Amino acid sequence: MAEHLSIIVKAIFIENLALSFFLGMCTFLAVSQNVKTALGLGVAVIVIQGITVPVNYLIYQYLLSDGALSWAGYPEVNLDFLGLISYIGVIAAMVQILEMTLDRYFPPLYNALGIFLPLITVNCAILGGSLLMVERDFTFIQSIEFGIGSGFGWALAIAALAGIREKLKYSNVPHGLRGLGITFIIVGLMALAFMSFGGIQL
Amino acid sequence: MASNKAKDVLFDPVLKDNPITVQVLGVCSALAVTTKLDTSLTMCIAVIVVVAFSSAAVSLIRNHIPSSIRIIVQMTIIASLVIIVDQFLKAYAYDASKQLSVFVGLIITNCIVMGRAEGFAMKNNPWDSFLDGIGNGLGYSCILLIVAFFRELLGSGTLFGLQVMPDMYPANGLMLLSPSAFFLIAIIIWIVRTLRPQQMEEA
Repeated sequence: MAEHLSIIVKAIFIENLALSFFLGMCTFLAVSQNVKTALGLGVAVIVIQGITVPVNYLIYQYLLSDGALSWAGYPEVNLDFLGLISYIGVIAAMVQILEMTLDRYFPPLYNALGIFLPLITVNCAILGGSLLMVERDFTFIQSIEFGIGSGFGWALAIAALAGIREKLKYSNVPHGLRGLGITFIIVGLMALAFMSFGGIQL
Repeated sequence: MASNKAKDVLFDPVLKDNPITVQVLGVCSALAVTTKLDTSLTMCIAVIVVVAFSSAAVSLIRNHIPSSIRIIVQMTIIASLVIIVDQFLKAYAYDASKQLSVFVGLIITNCIVMGRAEGFAMKNNPWDSFLDGIGNGLGYSCILLIVAFFRELLGSGTLFGLQVMPDMYPANGLMLLSPSAFFLIAIIIWIVRTLRPQQMEEA
């Protein structure tokens, strides 16, 4: 039990995808103007991450990795190199499905996310999650935990950043730094703050 | 005239329309690989190759792609190119590919590649798209190398692995950690925007 908890806590705080691996930065910086949209996107990322990481785990374990096809009678086949293209295919399909579901049942959220929903496909956090999962040799249960945990960490980071940026409207920032520049500095400071979790041994 | 346009397409993205500081594309991988100059150089070359060839390929078939599935088609082209680059690195530069780890794969989701395919290659001929790809790749590389230069110099006192700082210089570990990359990019953006006020945002 403690081991499972440690994977989740690690994925959320210590190895936060956005702040320590720099994943998903494009959307992270672009969609953090207000808390509501940021939360919506965060939830979408949790859902997509929670689905795609385990699905990609199954694909990797039973179709792609070295000797994975032995159940089909091809023990010497290694389709490792097809990994990238299959993960991105799964992600694109999942995003498409989520988009259609949101359009049908939650039109306000669909409108709020606008063009950023298709952008989840190119959100490095999602693909990065799958690649890190492969690199770390998780089991199936662990991959589910890692998917949801890392998605949650990303959502937490973007919601926090959006909160800070909303307050920032009232401050007087030097001209050249307005917009993108100051956002980078804030993200840097947030990354510093999150590093304080790094000392926790689990 | 024609050569003039080609020059614009090639060099505009480096300064005037830099993908990182102006278009905010591709920062994802820009930050993680910049702790050392040589890894970032490998990354830069990989990105330039992928952007240039994917733009050219997308542009070649742009009239045959139904717009409803264009994202998937672009993705497939980009993913195939990245796989080639990845395999190539594994074969000829194994150490570098180990250090870059997942970030080679993440070129697929690098917004620069996607953004250029969608924003430029879908509307222009293959040669211009190819140059535009190289230009954007160069613009990206510029920022990446500047950041890597300072991070390696201040973080470990070396450049390309060679000691340049005097021995009494204490290595600043913070520069090797993630926050410093954010600060450096912020400073670069600040400088660029102060020099070119038309890029400032009203915020």
